[in-house]
Amino acid sequence: MGRRARDIAIQALALALIVGAIVYLADNAIANMARRAIASGFAFLANPAGFGVPMTLIPFDESSTYGRAFLVALLNTLLVSAVGVVFATILGFTIGIARLSRNWLIARLAGAYVETIRNVPLLLQIFVWYFAVLRALPPPRQSLSLFGAVYLNNRGIYVPAPIVDARFEWIAIAFGVALVVAIAIARWGRRRREMTGRPFPLAWAAIGLPVIVLLVGAPLVQWETPVLRGFNFGGGAGLIPEFAALAIALSIYTASFIAENVRSGILSVPRAQVEAAYALGLTRGQTLRLVVIPQALRVIVPPLTGQYLNLIKNSSLGAAIAYPELVALFGGTVLNQTGQAIEVIAITMGVYLLISLAISAAMNRYNRSIARVER
Amino acid sequence: MSWLRANLFATPLNAALSLGGLVLLYLVLAPAIDWAIIEARWSGATRADCGEHGACWVFVKARLGQFIYGFYPPAERWRIDLAFVLLVVLAVVLRRRGMRTIVASGVGYFILAAFLLVGGAFGLPTVETTKWGGLMLTLVIAITGIAGSLPLGILLALGRRSRRPVIRALSIAYIELWRGVPLITVLFMASVMLPLFLPEGVTVDKLARALVGVVLFAAAYVAEVVRGGLQAIPKGQFEAASALGLSYWQSHGLIILPQALRIVIPGLVNVFIALLKDTTLVLIIGLFDLLGMIQAALADPNWLGFAMEGYVFAGVVFWVLCFGLSRLSLRLEARLAHNTRRV
Repeated sequence: MGRRARDIAIQALALALIVGAIVYLADNAIANMARRAIASGFAFLANPAGFGVPMTLIPFDESSTYGRAFLVALLNTLLVSAVGVVFATILGFTIGIARLSRNWLIARLAGAYVETIRNVPLLLQIFVWYFAVLRALPPPRQSLSLFGAVYLNNRGIYVPAPIVDARFEWIAIAFGVALVVAIAIARWGRRRREMTGRPFPLAWAAIGLPVIVLLVGAPLVQWETPVLRGFNFGGGAGLIPEFAALAIALSIYTASFIAENVRSGILSVPRAQVEAAYALGLTRGQTLRLVVIPQALRVIVPPLTGQYLNLIKNSSLGAAIAYPELVALFGGTVLNQTGQAIEVIAITMGVYLLISLAISAAMNRYNRSIARVER
Repeated sequence: MSWLRANLFATPLNAALSLGGLVLLYLVLAPAIDWAIIEARWSGATRADCGEHGACWVFVKARLGQFIYGFYPPAERWRIDLAFVLLVVLAVVLRRRGMRTIVASGVGYFILAAFLLVGGAFGLPTVETTKWGGLMLTLVIAITGIAGSLPLGILLALGRRSRRPVIRALSIAYIELWRGVPLITVLFMASVMLPLFLPEGVTVDKLARALVGVVLFAAAYVAEVVRGGLQAIPKGQFEAASALGLSYWQSHGLIILPQALRIVIPGLVNVFIALLKDTTLVLIIGLFDLLGMIQAALADPNWLGFAMEGYVFAGVVFWVLCFGLSRLSLRLEARLAHNTRRV
């Protein structure tokens, strides 16, 4: 038999095996579902759910549908992931840079942090924050208070929230405009520097405008502070302890991995680059900003993407403390009520898969844009 | 003195950082030492032996048997000990043996250990897997997971580098699919969805279902690590193998894989560490690994309020295992770099 024929035969066999296995499993599933009288299809998404959810970003009550419950769960997953990504990045970069500090004590402290945190299971850390730390906080009446505006108790964290009125909307619009203008200025400045070589105080122009709008705008908005009513706080915005525990644990855990990526990224920039920058008369800050960080980022970004993806996938551990995210609310509560295991789990896995693929695609694009241009 | 000066107080900023670090260290360590050692209670057997402040390690002591062996009957615990000792002996003996010996004795050990733990013949009473738990279950899942996923992972890695497009596409689809979803959803799938796919009347043990999920999941990660090893083998090796007239499987079995697998051992240890930490997730589908046993013990009305003690104990156990393994991985990497240095 020729090589080509054998190639085709082997591939056909592999395909036939896979298809055969799928048909066999599907056949079993159909028979099993018929016997247990489990409905199939996605019609259940339009049925009323009949349960409440302790934390929702969009209005949800007992009469809302399973489809809306899915949306609530997805938004909660995305919210805790976004908060986790922001804090993990800040903490991770700080620790990673601290680990390279010339100060012996600081470097050792950062090293101890990394080695302690990343060798303990994340679920255990979530439990520590949820069951051992947040549960040990005082009850609402003896809340810990910060400036009489932020309250912390065993039911959660309560912070002032802006009242959404016409004035708030104007300030929000102004902030958006400032952000767009700042980005435009930064881009123009960078292009000018690339064309003419003249530096432009990029960072200040970019960050300054939105910050000024925020500083001027914040006191103008009317804030609603939380007040103790009956057994718990009302008014303002409350974060349930499940959210707080999950967000804290995810940030701290992921930061220890990001710190290692940052450290190896900075170490990968050859020492000669720094010396060359000094020889050209660049200051320490300029060297860091214009020479070291752009080159280090090239090494940091790919594993950093991986860490972000891990964080999003790890947010599913919220199921263990009943934070209403995808796996707990949709894969748990909805699955138990409808019994449609295949559909529910397929949707849940599909969402994670889509998020993963979308983020890797976006990061790959970014990665190409900062890749070294070989001449 | 000069060391202090150079490393802690070189500049005013540095001195401020050092002082800040010291204050932080004091703020964290002082209460921790006070709680865990100075004020802690070590001796006793009941709740009454616990103090007002400080940790009560009596709780951990009273439950230690369950934390390690789960609900395994105390009279049969020697079987777990024996399986563990055999594993350690095997690991030491096999350290520098050839691939074939390692695989053969690994399979042999696996069968022997499964028989020891399950029992049911030669006078050993059967112990249901529902009674398994604690650290023992954690290790069973992690070790079975890595050992079981190795063959599948190697096949997937080879498949991903295959010149046959269908095989390559199937392998890539498998790897990316499993790597894109969280382990919890895989365990959920194994526990609620898998029974639906089996023929009528066939039931599979809950632990076995979880193990299948863990193996399928870990295989995708193992595949990527092995692929890295395969890519590191110089092209000349492949060409030399086929110049000698070796077939695909001969050249891979005799030339390529022995080299590639040796390179990826540190990477595989890292997959194992991640897996060891991830075994805690099985508590969500109702299996009692080490953390699951601790959660169960915390719900005991006689011992309410000792969450921190339980978690610190579990944390220390996991930390010692994972940190030890990561040092091992570093050492293997260093030895590898030494052995493969070009002359």
